[in-house]
Amino acid sequence: MSLDKEKIKHVAKLARISVDEAKVDSLTKDLNSIFKFIEQLNELNTDKVEPLTSILNQSLRSRKDEISDGKIREKILKNSPKKNEEFFVVPKVVE
Amino acid sequence: MSNITNQSLSEILESIKSKKISSLELTQAYIKNIENAKKLNAFVTTTFDQALENAKKFDNKPNNELLLSGVPLAVKDLFCTENVKTTAGSNILNNFVPSYESTVTKNLWNNGAFLLGKLNCDEFAMGSSNETSFFGNVINPIEDHLVPGGSSGGSSSALAADLTPATIGTDTGGSIRQPASFTGTVGLKPTYGLCSRWGIVAFASSLDQAGPMTKTVNDCSIMLEAMTGFDEKDSTSINKKKEIYSKNLKDNIKGLKIGIPKEYRVDNMPKEIDELWEKGKKILKNLGAQLIDISLPHTKYALPTYYIVAPAEASSNLARYDGVRYGYRSQKGKDLIEMYENTRSEGFGDEVKRRILIGTYVLSSGYYDAYYLKAQKVRQLIKKDFDDSFTKVDAILTPSTPSSAFKIGEKTNDPVSMYLNDIFTVPVNLAGLPALSLPAGLDKKGYPLGLQLIGKALDEQKILNIGYAFEKNCGYKNEVKKWWS
Repeated sequence: MSLDKEKIKHVAKLARISVDEAKVDSLTKDLNSIFKFIEQLNELNTDKVEPLTSILNQSLRSRKDEISDGKIREKILKNSPKKNEEFFVVPKVVE
Repeated sequence: MSNITNQSLSEILESIKSKKISSLELTQAYIKNIENAKKLNAFVTTTFDQALENAKKFDNKPNNELLLSGVPLAVKDLFCTENVKTTAGSNILNNFVPSYESTVTKNLWNNGAFLLGKLNCDEFAMGSSNETSFFGNVINPIEDHLVPGGSSGGSSSALAADLTPATIGTDTGGSIRQPASFTGTVGLKPTYGLCSRWGIVAFASSLDQAGPMTKTVNDCSIMLEAMTGFDEKDSTSINKKKEIYSKNLKDNIKGLKIGIPKEYRVDNMPKEIDELWEKGKKILKNLGAQLIDISLPHTKYALPTYYIVAPAEASSNLARYDGVRYGYRSQKGKDLIEMYENTRSEGFGDEVKRRILIGTYVLSSGYYDAYYLKAQKVRQLIKKDFDDSFTKVDAILTPSTPSSAFKIGEKTNDPVSMYLNDIFTVPVNLAGLPALSLPAGLDKKGYPLGLQLIGKALDEQKILNIGYAFEKNCGYKNEVKKWWS
């Protein structure tokens, strides 16, 4: 299958990345060559193969439902590009 | 004293212990080297003041009982370091100062080492040449127009140039072993789950592993021992007794069975790589190992599988960079969505965007079965190939890379040819196995080449032992001319 420009713009929208119109052509070319490479997998019949979901032979541990952390609001807000005393600040979302 | 930085980590530790050199003198010697090596562009951040303070503190009250007593170390800038900027080689994290320390670096500091600086890498560890870093490409100390490999290119360059006595990198598809091979150094990717991933900037969580990069195999065993340990904060951390790799290192490999997979002889592989492989087989055979031909039939499908799995995981991991909680935020855009789109467009570089788009596409509605599920099935087959082989052999010997270091700019316009660099390293990540890249010789141009030893899960000690025996008998020592200072 091949990816056209419209499809790529749609995927970019899903990924929340704005794509520069001038770069769409080269991006289309690159992604198509990558997908051509990836699609070698279609040579293989995998009908009877179980997908691998974890490389470890162990199930995920559960832990006690206890508070082990907290009261670090300042640390969490420290790296925010825009904040007030208690909150992250984003562009207005409700009128 | 003037040559202290040429030495291996274990020799340096000995000098500190016997008070031949103080930690402060050692640290000053590395700082001088780093300041003279700005051309290599190996560092994103240096922490000299902090390192000098720590060195003085050690000298005042030396504790030589620890694995890394009094040693300054630079680490890949993918490890979060408390109150020290951590960029992952990206513009989007250019101003990020973590308020916490990664488990692996904390383990190093608990073992007596301290931070010297943060090393350049491909953006979010996505690359094989260190050319995707926002902070510019890194130069291979072997020659000024060569890439140092990637993504741990700052690590390999700094190590080979004597800017740090040892270092750590991360390996998602070869990012420790390929740069080690390109710079004539030792690099180990441990078993998935052996080193905690907590506090490492995530790329592909089912593949990422931290590991040591060193000048010798003995150094590698010391660093691995210092890094590892069960960590509650990583849900995939393996809970097992801690191993004493350095004490158990031995060079007797008599009777071990070494698998030679025929699928690793690929088309257009330079003759020199083949010859190097032959040389490696001969050395191990002379040491009493038994060579056994094996087959890993799905090898050729490892890279296509990787380029579905890794981007898919990356696209979800990198969704967190939204310009709200940390990192770069674009000033452009009239609403929240536009702010996201512009932030991510301006903050990420081309390779990262490419992989996010691949990942988003293969996970999107209607395509999941055709790509992601298919890849997970092939990943099962690749793992099974290794499982089957390891019923017959103790370890597997292959070349580390299909070529020596290439020129800066040589592969940047062709993503697939860049990806092909990881053809021998990627299968190991997909199967979660440990693998060691060893410097083994030079090609015609005088560039280093590496051989790779792959082990069973959690069998690091065995591949370290084989590597240790190999190193003693291989008759090759990496020589780097300091043309930059």
